[in-house]
Amino acid sequence: MDNTIVATQSHEAEEHAHVALPQHRHHFETEQQQREAGTFGMWLFLLTEIMFFGGLFFAYLLYRNWYPAAFVGASNQLSIPLGAFNTAVLIGSGFFMAMGVWAAEVKKKGLLVLFLAVTTLLGLVFLGVKYVEYHEKWEKHHIPGEHFDVSEFINPQAYGLKEEPMSPDMAQKTQVFFSLYFAMTGMHALHMIIGICLLFWLTWRAHRGDFSSGYVAPIENFGLYWHFVDIVWIFLFPLLYLINRHPV
Amino acid sequence: MTEHYHDPANVTNPEHAEHHIVGPKTYIIIFATLLVFTGITVAAAFKNLGILNPIVALAIASTKAVIVILFFMHVKYQSKLIKMTVGAGFFTFLVLITMTLTDYMSRAWGLW
Amino acid sequence: MSATHTILNLPDQSTAALPKKNYINAEDGILSWLLTGDHKRIAILYLISITFFFFIGGAFAGLIRLELLTPQPDLVASDTYNKLFSMHGIVMIFLFLVPSVPATLGNFLVPIMLGAKDLAFPKINLLSWYLYWIGGLFTLAALVLGGVDTGWTFTTPLSTHYLNTHVVTAATGVFIIGFSSIFTGLNFIVTVHRMRAPGMTWFRMPLFIWSNYAASILMVLGTPVLAITLVLVALERTIGIGVFDPNKGGDPLLFQHLFWFYSHPAVYIMILPGMGVISEVISTFSRKRVFGYTAVAFSSVAIALFGFFVWAHHMFIMGVSNYSALVFSLLTMLVAVPSAIKIFNWAFTLQKGSITFETPMLYAFGFMGLFTIGGMTGVFLGALGMDIHLTETYFIVAHFHFVMVGGMLMAFLAGIHFWWPKMTGRMYSESLSKLAAITTFIGFNLTFLPQFILGYLGMPRRYHSYPAEFQVLNVLSTAGATVLGVGYMLPLLYLAWSLKYGAIAGNNPWQATGLEWQIQSPPLTENFIETPIVDHEAYDYEWLAHKTEHEVTTVG
Repeated sequence: MDNTIVATQSHEAEEHAHVALPQHRHHFETEQQQREAGTFGMWLFLLTEIMFFGGLFFAYLLYRNWYPAAFVGASNQLSIPLGAFNTAVLIGSGFFMAMGVWAAEVKKKGLLVLFLAVTTLLGLVFLGVKYVEYHEKWEKHHIPGEHFDVSEFINPQAYGLKEEPMSPDMAQKTQVFFSLYFAMTGMHALHMIIGICLLFWLTWRAHRGDFSSGYVAPIENFGLYWHFVDIVWIFLFPLLYLINRHPV
Repeated sequence: MTEHYHDPANVTNPEHAEHHIVGPKTYIIIFATLLVFTGITVAAAFKNLGILNPIVALAIASTKAVIVILFFMHVKYQSKLIKMTVGAGFFTFLVLITMTLTDYMSRAWGLW
Repeated sequence: MSATHTILNLPDQSTAALPKKNYINAEDGILSWLLTGDHKRIAILYLISITFFFFIGGAFAGLIRLELLTPQPDLVASDTYNKLFSMHGIVMIFLFLVPSVPATLGNFLVPIMLGAKDLAFPKINLLSWYLYWIGGLFTLAALVLGGVDTGWTFTTPLSTHYLNTHVVTAATGVFIIGFSSIFTGLNFIVTVHRMRAPGMTWFRMPLFIWSNYAASILMVLGTPVLAITLVLVALERTIGIGVFDPNKGGDPLLFQHLFWFYSHPAVYIMILPGMGVISEVISTFSRKRVFGYTAVAFSSVAIALFGFFVWAHHMFIMGVSNYSALVFSLLTMLVAVPSAIKIFNWAFTLQKGSITFETPMLYAFGFMGLFTIGGMTGVFLGALGMDIHLTETYFIVAHFHFVMVGGMLMAFLAGIHFWWPKMTGRMYSESLSKLAAITTFIGFNLTFLPQFILGYLGMPRRYHSYPAEFQVLNVLSTAGATVLGVGYMLPLLYLAWSLKYGAIAGNNPWQATGLEWQIQSPPLTENFIETPIVDHEAYDYEWLAHKTEHEVTTVG
């Protein structure tokens, strides 16, 4: 009946010399437990995000297989320099976010604020480029709906493009590509906007000193979210921009 | 509270996970690696690799994602629970993709 | 044993009183409830909320059955009828069944059963209740503005192109409620992994926890797919993104794949917590540990896992390939196995147990019989040949009402009646509650058994007119629905009455095992005065007997 449990010293010491840190929640026994629970909780939330984007990725997979020519032609309308630049920007923001977590862990307030600010800035740059790209689509009538214009796909030579012309039927299917393009990058951008708003708040709090005494969890867990959004783009970039750029 | 028990289920300090701080050097290397892979994937898109083009693209993207997960998101240094959780997420995603695909691929075989 | 034998053990009423300090009187004022972090208060908030929506959903059911009294479409117009069954489904599934046990009993009991002071994220818990209400308000708005008539399944292209009703409003409501569900599940998973009391190993946890844990995994992994699906429907309706539109090259069946990828696991989200309740109730009222604890625990996880692999059995006639239908049919047969394992284990728990027939046990017996029928008819439907004949008929309607109402709702009521004394400190009138249970059972069978026959004979679902020869069965069904309605109203009355006039329950009126029965009723805000140290298995009645002998019970 006696359970073989052994007392360890560290927990005891913590218990007896216990001074509650300001962020400590009473329903957790230890700071460590609270921090682990927080990270675990954030990962579970990211799992929901994987499944959320998952539906979109499946739709993409399906229609790319059904309408390869339409997807290639439509994809080639996207700008690789802008897309690659944005990819680099996001990876950079991920780097600075990770550096922010490090700065919080080593309690360097100034660096933390700087890194969070740079992350935010890079996020804004990304969104700016996306706006430019969306605007271009608007001008060319490549937004799905009533005003969608397929003429560039039926007769690319007339627009100075070195593409294969498509049948009108296949050209109509480019709308599916653009539907997915806007749905996927739009959903991604929405997540970026939410992230940037949170970054403003976290930067302000960091400046106030909230994270300079070892309270890393919010920075760490936000970082997880930010990196996840980065990973979504890491997949979106080749799938949307780089379908087939080689000469036949 | 006289005797102090530490729980055998080890709930309050699972696996005594040491708190590992990843430093700037690691991050810089990872950053550079990710940029290199980005360049590779762009270059690969311009080469005609036939059926391998999408495979290479996805492989590179997956590698980048794994690197971000392991290092930027610290999963390499986290508990087994976190690692399993990440795995479970991707497993479920794969279930969605593959099982739905069974319908679409078998429809493409023609009528029974 | 005599029919009057009961294990109910109330304290001496002449000296008994509610504990002076408990979670209900800990703080005063409406804001202390609306801004609470206490999982128990949130559970009560949810209980009131889901009861409200249950009666709204029930009102729709009443109108449906009223229309179906006669073969002619004479009560409401066709469009209105479509709205009735759509709203009935949406409200009952998303606003009642999905949160029923997890958000009320789960929220209340999970921390206590684990020996914790609260769930991992109390604020997220409160947020989940607010999201429930915001989503609920969107759904009510859709109703008030004129209703939605797509069916709860929002099938495309009907929902995207052929209707001008409030699809987007309803879809937004469901989307938001989905996040409420996700946050509840997320909270449970973290709590179970990281906040168990010392000594509470995985295999010492009550089976209620295992079931809610499995359901929580489904909530977290499945609900987001529903979310993105509804977003795509909304986008298609509003700005013309044509992912499901055949005219633009889309596939309407893709909608169904994505929709059912969540909605099938959703039925397990709904039933698993109920099964958890049944484990607790059957054990307590047989005075016996659950037979095959490990099997029951693993079967919960197995149901969750396999539940992800079978969704296309809702689509057999929709255009999926025969090969794929075969695979999904086989997997559907397999997913029935872990559920059956549970039924067998409960039956073996009953065997040689000291069975008594208090109200929770009556509901549990009802569950076992009705869920078995419902589950078995599910297996029939999983067979491709049968499904072609029976799908989209009243057979399906009967099947899912047997598992969801005869099964899940009975389990929910079992749980409410079992833990009511713990949550409120009061006991309800046993004779009234038994009357309600029996009324519900009779009403339920009268309502839904005829529907199996109707479906087999070919009456389609979602139709408000039917051939005259089906009238007798429909009248029986509507009569049953009336009885059922009475059966559901009764608990409202006697449970509310008990809050003021019920007998004082004491810590452990049912003499049950489980940490929740070792603390006062109602519990303190922090649940435990000292963190419990668990050194016994679940359902250890010897330990309980030993403890009771050597203990002075105090109340308050």
